[in-house]
Amino acid sequence: MLQIRKLPLIVFALLIVVFPWIARGVPAIANYPDLMVFAGIYCLITIGLSLLMGYAGQISLGQAAFFGIGAYVSAILTAKYGMNPWICMAIGMVAASIVAVLVGVPSLKLRGHYLAMATLAFGIIVFIIFNEEGEWTGGPDGLIGIPGLNLFGFQFNSVEKYYYLVWFFVFAVFLFTINIIQSRDGRALRAIHVSEAASSATGVNVSRYKIVVFVYSAILASLAGSLYAHYLNFINPSTFDLFFSIKLLIMIALGGMHDIWGAIIGAFLITFLSFEWLHFFEEFEIIVYGLILLVVTIFLPQGLAGIPHMIKNWLRR
Amino acid sequence: MEKITLASQLFQYLITGLTVGSIYAMVAIGFNIIYNVTEIINLAQGEFVVLGGLIMVFFHVAVGLPILIAFPATVIMVTLVGILLDRLAIRPIRQPSVLTLIIATIGASIVIRGIAMIIWGKDPFDLPAFSGRTPINLLGAVIQPQYVWVGGFLLVIVVLLTLFFEKTIIGKAMSACADNPDAASLVGINVKQMISLSFCLSAAIGAVAGIILTPIALMDYNRGAMLAVKGFGAVVLGGLGSFPGAILGGLVLGTIESFGAGLIHSGYKDAFALIALLAVLFIKPSGLLGSVEVTKIKKF
Amino acid sequence: MDEERTDTILEVNDVVMAFGGLTALINLNFQVRRGVIKAVIGPNGAGKTTLFNVITGTFPPTEGAIFFKGQSIEHLKAHEIARLGISRTFQTVELFTNMTVLENVMVGCHMRTKSSFIASGLRLSTVRRKEEHMREKAIGILKFIGLADKCNESADSLPLGERKVLEIGRALATEPTFVCLDEPAAGLNETETLAASNLIRRIKDQGVTVLLVEHDMRVVMDISDDIMVLNYGEKIAEGPPVEIQNNPRVIEAYLGGGEEYDA
Repeated sequence: MLQIRKLPLIVFALLIVVFPWIARGVPAIANYPDLMVFAGIYCLITIGLSLLMGYAGQISLGQAAFFGIGAYVSAILTAKYGMNPWICMAIGMVAASIVAVLVGVPSLKLRGHYLAMATLAFGIIVFIIFNEEGEWTGGPDGLIGIPGLNLFGFQFNSVEKYYYLVWFFVFAVFLFTINIIQSRDGRALRAIHVSEAASSATGVNVSRYKIVVFVYSAILASLAGSLYAHYLNFINPSTFDLFFSIKLLIMIALGGMHDIWGAIIGAFLITFLSFEWLHFFEEFEIIVYGLILLVVTIFLPQGLAGIPHMIKNWLRR
Repeated sequence: MEKITLASQLFQYLITGLTVGSIYAMVAIGFNIIYNVTEIINLAQGEFVVLGGLIMVFFHVAVGLPILIAFPATVIMVTLVGILLDRLAIRPIRQPSVLTLIIATIGASIVIRGIAMIIWGKDPFDLPAFSGRTPINLLGAVIQPQYVWVGGFLLVIVVLLTLFFEKTIIGKAMSACADNPDAASLVGINVKQMISLSFCLSAAIGAVAGIILTPIALMDYNRGAMLAVKGFGAVVLGGLGSFPGAILGGLVLGTIESFGAGLIHSGYKDAFALIALLAVLFIKPSGLLGSVEVTKIKKF
Repeated sequence: MDEERTDTILEVNDVVMAFGGLTALINLNFQVRRGVIKAVIGPNGAGKTTLFNVITGTFPPTEGAIFFKGQSIEHLKAHEIARLGISRTFQTVELFTNMTVLENVMVGCHMRTKSSFIASGLRLSTVRRKEEHMREKAIGILKFIGLADKCNESADSLPLGERKVLEIGRALATEPTFVCLDEPAAGLNETETLAASNLIRRIKDQGVTVLLVEHDMRVVMDISDDIMVLNYGEKIAEGPPVEIQNNPRVIEAYLGGGEEYDA
């Protein structure tokens, strides 16, 4: 049975809750809560992507587009029209779902390489739109003056406040997704991954499930984008380029896409690698990413989350 | 000054489009060669083109070797990279699936891109055109002599590949692998060697594309991804695995891009080819020439 | 009672299935009576699996009509046909190898339960109750097919015989009134074959109509009420086992085709 145990989840939640206090006391990691905000934002995207790619087996190389749609909808509506950020966040998610349906219905009929390239092309097209529609998006320079969030007068005006907000969302989404995985819907998704023919012969509406999970991943990416825009108060297109989609792929490949924990592990590691640990490498950063992908596909096909399983199998022999 | 008429303008777009399209066609042929033998879409295909251009810049401009030596030297270097790609990134994979192969070739392309960035930096490089840059005037359109070279090379590649696949034993063996790898290995064809060879061939063709493209459009480390996506667009347009399709697809895609950028919106230049790719995928994923009949003539 | 027995559950009218230049089924006409075991036999490449694929909606027929309980189904998608009560197994055994034995059967229970994606995500109490219900039903089916003791093993780890049985179990979990079994005894040893025959008979006893493709003639002759013979996509004979065994055209099709045949 695909059981996701509660204990690691509780431990993880406690660590997340107390971490800012620890960081306050240790100067060397004083900036980590800031990084953790980004890690949390990426987790939101990778959790959806893990469900889409790891569980349902559908490849998307254009997830940066949905991240960007959320960010730009929030940014434009709040900065230019002064609308309520929470409403904009919801509008962003609706917009992302609509785009996901429009792109997903024809794309998800495709398989393998075709699906990968269709989503890749979609991602690049959206990126070009962000650059070219300067009247709305500010073009390559981006948009400034995106307001911070506030809730019933409570201002999110510090890193720690965003930290807790973002991680609240991550946990909500994580639990929701775990429930999906352990339900009939999760089984249907995993069934589609192995055999579409057998799934539909067993009564699973394959195309509907593919669309639903694609839309779900788009909504999560959009939510992440909105949070990103409000946290940084500034966005520009380069955040949402092809390389970001690839980076998301690196995250879930490294973490392990067949396990929802892999999404979290991968998002963490790549965030800290790119913002902190690879700083010394600078130019070499990109090579490190490429090597990670190669090493993982060759030696760790199940990603880091698959290591306990590998050890178990190895011991049994 | 000569008056630019609409007709000559359109003719200009067509010529430019066909030239760029020839490059896409070469990338597409590279995709197909590997795909037909291995069923792998090598997403590092664009990197071969980039390396072709940049290594040629090194040999020809920095070292100062004459073209006739620098050209083959570059092709050989890139071919070696092709072999390494197969050996280091593809062959070690124990459970190849579409997804792992996509991830592996993306990983390899990023590594190559990173190395290229460290060696050549981020700035674009120019190469002297093969026969100077004095434009030829034809029906009011300005044609760079390099355009003629591009078209000529496409033709040469097509002729050589046709001869290779139809007249040589190795070529026939490769075709056999493409049709049925199990049967091929039963009759004593070394499938692994054929896979290596397919990577060599498509790396070499990529290198040629890069060398002849650079005098027209410059070259920098970061161009590979877009070239690969557009090359794949040409592949899909013509039908996956089909060589005539790849050429037609490349030329059509280049033309669409050129007219789109000229007549509609130059900022969306890159988007047109991708929209065309999506349109074909959504409407007729088997491509313009793709059908049961075409799979039979997928070789020249 | 007699009238009900002769009642037709599936009717195939003038079905043609062409792939490019190849015609796999040629003007096929036949009926299946409710509650029987009907076998479809024929040499390799006769079009048996294609027939299953057409009936279960893997692809629509090029021409012709198929009626299930009087309703035309040839234009429906596979999952819609499954919903109407037609279920199947695959010649190549298409289990969900990433799941346990129990989960495989629970996927079979999928379509007879309903819950929205959001309700599942929130794990509402109704969802939990349905999950429990599915589990019980799946365990019941595993008991019926004799795999209850393996319910937590990975489907991938089972030997071929049990994989075939599990696939039948998954098909039964969809609560079908009609099952298409594609070579349930292929690759099985003596004991397993006997068990499979028994299982198919017990399925029939539950009131489920069985359409069976099988090469093992002992199984076919032993359990079928009715046999149809295909050769090169055409029906060359149809009738009760005794009649088929002595039909010269059938013997010719098998012997002439160079097929090994020991009845």
